[in-house]
Amino acid sequence: MPLNMIVCCKQILDPEAPPASFKIDPSTNKVIPPPGVPPVVSPFDEQAVEAALRIKDAQGGKITVLSLGNNMLRDVVKKPLSMGADELILLEDEAFEGGDSWSIAFALATAIKKIGEFDIIFCGRQAADWDAGQVGSGIAEILGIPSVTVAKKVEVADGKAKVERIITDGYQVIEVTLPALVTVSNELGEARYATLKGIMAASKKQPVVWKPADIGLDASKIGAAGRRTKLLKLFQPVKEGKCEIVEADTPADAGSKLAARLREAKLI
Amino acid sequence: MADNKGVMIYGEMVDGKLSSITTELLGGGRRLADELKEDLVCILVGDKVGEAPKKAISYGADKVYIVEDSLLKDYQTDSYVAVMEKAVKETNPRVLLFGQTAVGRDLSPRLAFRLGTALSMDCLELGIDPATKLLQETRPVYGGNARATFCSELMPQMVTVRQKAMSPLEPNEAKKGEVVSIKAELDPAKIKTKVLDTVKEEVAGVKLEDASVIVAGGRGIGGPDGFKQLEELAKILKAAVGASRPPSDNKWVPESWQIGLTGKIVTPEVYIAVAISGASQHLAGCSGAKNIIAINKDPEANIFKEARFGVVGDWKQVLPTFTQKVKELLAG
Repeated sequence: MPLNMIVCCKQILDPEAPPASFKIDPSTNKVIPPPGVPPVVSPFDEQAVEAALRIKDAQGGKITVLSLGNNMLRDVVKKPLSMGADELILLEDEAFEGGDSWSIAFALATAIKKIGEFDIIFCGRQAADWDAGQVGSGIAEILGIPSVTVAKKVEVADGKAKVERIITDGYQVIEVTLPALVTVSNELGEARYATLKGIMAASKKQPVVWKPADIGLDASKIGAAGRRTKLLKLFQPVKEGKCEIVEADTPADAGSKLAARLREAKLI
Repeated sequence: MADNKGVMIYGEMVDGKLSSITTELLGGGRRLADELKEDLVCILVGDKVGEAPKKAISYGADKVYIVEDSLLKDYQTDSYVAVMEKAVKETNPRVLLFGQTAVGRDLSPRLAFRLGTALSMDCLELGIDPATKLLQETRPVYGGNARATFCSELMPQMVTVRQKAMSPLEPNEAKKGEVVSIKAELDPAKIKTKVLDTVKEEVAGVKLEDASVIVAGGRGIGGPDGFKQLEELAKILKAAVGASRPPSDNKWVPESWQIGLTGKIVTPEVYIAVAISGASQHLAGCSGAKNIIAINKDPEANIFKEARFGVVGDWKQVLPTFTQKVKELLAG
C-alpha cells in the first residue's frame, strides 16, 4: 500500500531578510512586509516536505500539501509541488487571517479530516514568523493521533514510523504507530531545490481551494475570531549598539591588538 | 467553571536531581505566587522522584504533587499528557509553568489543546496585570527580531519559559511543605509510542551551557577545517566551542554545538563570534552573553550591533594573530 502523506506548509515573510529591514507598525501590532523581499515557505515546513519526499523516494507514496492563509502567492505556495509533492490544497479566505495556534490547528485538522485518508502528517517544528511551535501537536490532539516532535530523521515500515527526535545533547529513537504526526526540525538537513522539470510540472498543476464553508468550518472558530490568546503588544527590543571597533594597519595586527584590548578590559 | 488558584511548576529531573530550569521556574514562580497571594506548587512526574520533592520545597514550593509509576520511566507524549491532564483537573492551578526543554516543548502544547486552554512558549518575561490578575506573557517572535506580549482568560494560563530567563532562589533547607501523591492510573493501550534508544553525544571538554567563555563560528568559517582553529583558541581559553545554524546544518560540526533559537541558549561571560553575521535566530541563543566579541569582514554585519568589541576583517587573517597573542598574554 503506498503511503498517503500530508504536509502542512505556511507562507511567511522571509526570515532571512536583513534584520535592518524589519519594521513593526505599532498602531496595528503587525509587521510591515519589507519592500522588495518576497514571502517564502517557512523553512521548517520545507524541511517537512523534504522528510516526506525522502520517504516517497525510498518507497513511493503520495504527498498532499496543505497551506492556510489569504491571498497566498501561487509562486510561493507551489514550491513544494516543484520539489516533488503531488497535490496542493489551499485553505484560502480572509476569514483565516489573524489566527493563533488554536484557530490555525483547528482549521488544518478539519481540512485533514475532509481529506480523509492519511498515514503520516508532517509539519515544521514551528513557523519561522511567530515561532509558536504548537500547531503540529494541536492538529494531532484534535485528530486523536500520536505525535512526535522535533524530528531529524523519519523512516516508515510495517505501519510504524521510526523517528529520531532531538533532545538535549543527543537524540531519541521513537517508534510510533501510524497514523501519526511528526514535526520536523532543521537538523533533518537542507530541503532539496526545485528542479526545472519540477517547476514545469508544478506550473501545470492547479491548487484546490477550500473556503471555510467547503469543509464545514464555523466562522467563529477560525482566524482572529477563533483565537484563544490575545496579542497585547508587538515590539522591537531596544539595542544599545556600542561596539568598540579595534582598528590596525592590517587584519593580522588587528587580531593581536584585539587580544591586548580584551586583556586590558579583563575579559581574558 | 472551577475556581483556579495558585502557580504550578512542572518540575523536571536530570539523573534523579531537580534540573536547573526547574529551580529557575521555582524562583520566577515564587514571585508570581506572592504577587497573586496564592501558593506555589510543583508537580514531579516519573518512575521515582526520590529527594526531588524536598529540594523543590527548599527552592520555594509550598506544596509538591508527585506522580510515580513505572510506565513513566521515559518521557513519552501520550503517557505524560494523560497524567498531567488528570493532575491539572484535580488541582485546578491558575498558572502552569514549564521549562522550554525537550520535554516542555513537546508536552505543553498537546496538554493545552487537550485542556482547551491557551499556551505561550519560550517566554522571557512574565508579569501579573494587577487589574485582571491575568498573566502577561512576553516571548520572542520573528526569529528574535521582535517580542510579543500575550494573555489569555482561559485557565490554567500555560507558558513555557526559556532557560536562564529566571533566577533560582537561595535554597532554604529548613522550609516546610506538603508532599501529596497523585495516582497515575495509566492505560498502557493508549501509549502509541515506544522509546527504542537514547543516544547522547559525548561532549569533550567544557559544556556550552556551563562555559564562561565560548568561541563560536558561523557560515563564514567555510567548513570543518576552519573549526579546528576555533578549537585551538578554545583550548587556550578553556572555552567551549559553538556554532550558528549553517555549520550545524551542513554537518561541519555536531548538532549539539548549535546555538540559537533552534539550538542551545547560552549565557557566558565572553562570547567570541567568528564569521557570524548575527542573524536574529542565532542571537536568540547568545544575546544573554555578558560580552560579545565579533570578528567579521562585513562592517554592516548585525553582530556588531550586539558586540562590545569587534574587528572588521577576514577571520582567516585575524584569528591566527589573535590566538597567538592570547596564548602569550595568558602564559605571561
